[in-house]
Amino acid sequence: MFTAIIAITVMALIFGLLLGFASIRFKVEGDPIADQIDKILPQTQCGQCSFAGCRPYAEAIAAGEADINRCPPGGEATIQALAELLEVEPKPLDEECGVEKPKTLAVIDEDRCIGCTLCIQACPVDAILGAAKHMHTVIASECTGCELCVPPCPVDCIDMVETKQNPNTWRWPDPDHVDIQLGDRS
Amino acid sequence: MSTVAGSFPGGLVLNGQKKRSTQTPIRKTPLSKKLILPLQQHIGSESIPIVSVGDKVLKGQKIAKADGHVSVYLHAPSSGTISAIDEQPIPHPSGLSGLCITIETDGLDTWIEHHPIADYTQLSEHDIRQHVREAGIVGLGGAGFPSFIKLNPGVHHHVETLIINGVECEPYITCDDMLMRERADGILDGIEIIRFALRVKNCVIAIEDNKPEAISIMELALAARPELTDTTIMVVPTRYPAGSEKQLIQVVTGKQVPSHGLPIDIGIVCHNVGTAYAIGRAIKHGEPLISRIVTVTGTDVKHAGNFETLFGTPMHELLAFCETTREPNAPFILGGPMMGYNLSGDNLPVTKTANCILVGVDAAAPAEKPLPCIRCGECAAACPASLLPQQLYWYARDKDLEKTRQYNLFDCIECGCCSYVCPSKIPLVHYFRFAKTETMNQELEAAKSDQARIRHENRLARQQLEQQEKEERQRQRKLALAASQAAKEKQEQAAQSPSDGTES
Repeated sequence: MFTAIIAITVMALIFGLLLGFASIRFKVEGDPIADQIDKILPQTQCGQCSFAGCRPYAEAIAAGEADINRCPPGGEATIQALAELLEVEPKPLDEECGVEKPKTLAVIDEDRCIGCTLCIQACPVDAILGAAKHMHTVIASECTGCELCVPPCPVDCIDMVETKQNPNTWRWPDPDHVDIQLGDRS
Repeated sequence: MSTVAGSFPGGLVLNGQKKRSTQTPIRKTPLSKKLILPLQQHIGSESIPIVSVGDKVLKGQKIAKADGHVSVYLHAPSSGTISAIDEQPIPHPSGLSGLCITIETDGLDTWIEHHPIADYTQLSEHDIRQHVREAGIVGLGGAGFPSFIKLNPGVHHHVETLIINGVECEPYITCDDMLMRERADGILDGIEIIRFALRVKNCVIAIEDNKPEAISIMELALAARPELTDTTIMVVPTRYPAGSEKQLIQVVTGKQVPSHGLPIDIGIVCHNVGTAYAIGRAIKHGEPLISRIVTVTGTDVKHAGNFETLFGTPMHELLAFCETTREPNAPFILGGPMMGYNLSGDNLPVTKTANCILVGVDAAAPAEKPLPCIRCGECAAACPASLLPQQLYWYARDKDLEKTRQYNLFDCIECGCCSYVCPSKIPLVHYFRFAKTETMNQELEAAKSDQARIRHENRLARQQLEQQEKEERQRQRKLALAASQAAKEKQEQAAQSPSDGTES
């Protein structure tokens, strides 16, 4: 009887120490789930999910405060990936946040631009270049197509242009969805 | 003559169909009124135009310069006037357009001044590479990789063997065969220069045994050049795809190029015979790359053969010259029946990589719906890269790109052997091309979103810093204000107390 109590106590002590050691030794910095979610999000930083960027939205999902279907730029693919990561059922995109649109790019009509710098302040990724009372322009390779620069413009000189496919970014179509043409054996 | 040292797994013995286009010598395609020159005819970045609309250009004049390292120059194939620099349909499986320079030819075909190099041994290797780059030379076997890069072994590598690829394993195509038959000397000129630039001793010219004419002519030409020591001709057995770079290296040397590696990693460099010829012309005659030999063949072509064609010549003019039974705008194949792709539409220009135009393929099975995979394993037996096409197929269909990568999708050379042998007629290669471009696109998107994340985080950090600085400034100002007020009060007190003193 006594030995049993002692044995259990000793074992509890050993396991307690082991767990305590492991919690210090294998401590993970930051929130790995939020990081993983953030990696899936498209990083447009558009705020259509009602959060102030992709990172806050990722943290909210990780904390269970937000649904996974609030990202219109990511669309179905992102919802699918998030559902897989979090092991929940995928849902259709929340229409409150917006609809899935083809990728776009902001283009400033440089003749109409008055150089007010309002769009520069609005851009979440610093993709607009310019100075006060000088023409502004968008660095095309950095633009995420978030549309945040459109409303502040007082002269309405920013257009969202659909990004064109070029032969270098073109993808072979999914053979499951196209008819194989005569002579094309490959 | 040397003997083969190895072989590759799988492969197919196909009906070559080569005689169809080797009955006549190489002919010149008539000069077209309009030459359309895509700025991207090579792997790498698009060249940058250095002419503007309305400029008069001479044959061989540079019209676009290289952009960055992996890029080459582009030249006017004939004299005339630049009539447009705009988007035009280009020969690409997507059917999309690309930026092109269009030249209205004047019919005079006036050359610029040639600057041949009498003795290339006086040049440094670097100068030779620069000449090759400025002559716009890319791999003419089909891939179009800038050749000057493959003339540079780098400081960490030593080149043991140079392989000159005259295998031409794909059915129907005969442009390299005819080049070897008619211009063997020119090819040897190029080989001399490549050997000099790479400082390589051993050179093997590999030719498939279904080209006896080319073999004997090359041997005669080689025998007439005693200065080309340690250069041998190797007759390789006809088996598709022996002409693919990695497979040819296995046949010639018995060595295998590591997965994700390059031939240079095992001390080997491969150049196509057409590329060697172009390098010879560029250095010894000062002629840039402005034309190539194109095979026009197929069951629907009346006068099949090989044609020396200026780049930019619309393909339909070339087809009209050969008289085909093709309807206008009907599809045809660019490349061979195994690896080529369907193009449709007229006005597509001949580019540096256009080796063959195929109109009508013998025994082309009518398009039928593929049947389910029965796991027979024929595809794995035929794969020259020792891959498992059926596994890749499952994962590609499932869009499980991570798995396709684990199964070495990127070692697939898209030779088409698996699709050819598949009893269920599954277009396997199409699935692999789909999975490859999907993967590359995903990587691109991931890189882009990572960059956006970093930029956003930097912006937030900067804003925070600005806020802190602002607060700090405000605090300083408040402190300064408080200090000056305190000083004032003190002064007032000091001013008051003496007066107090006088009063008391």
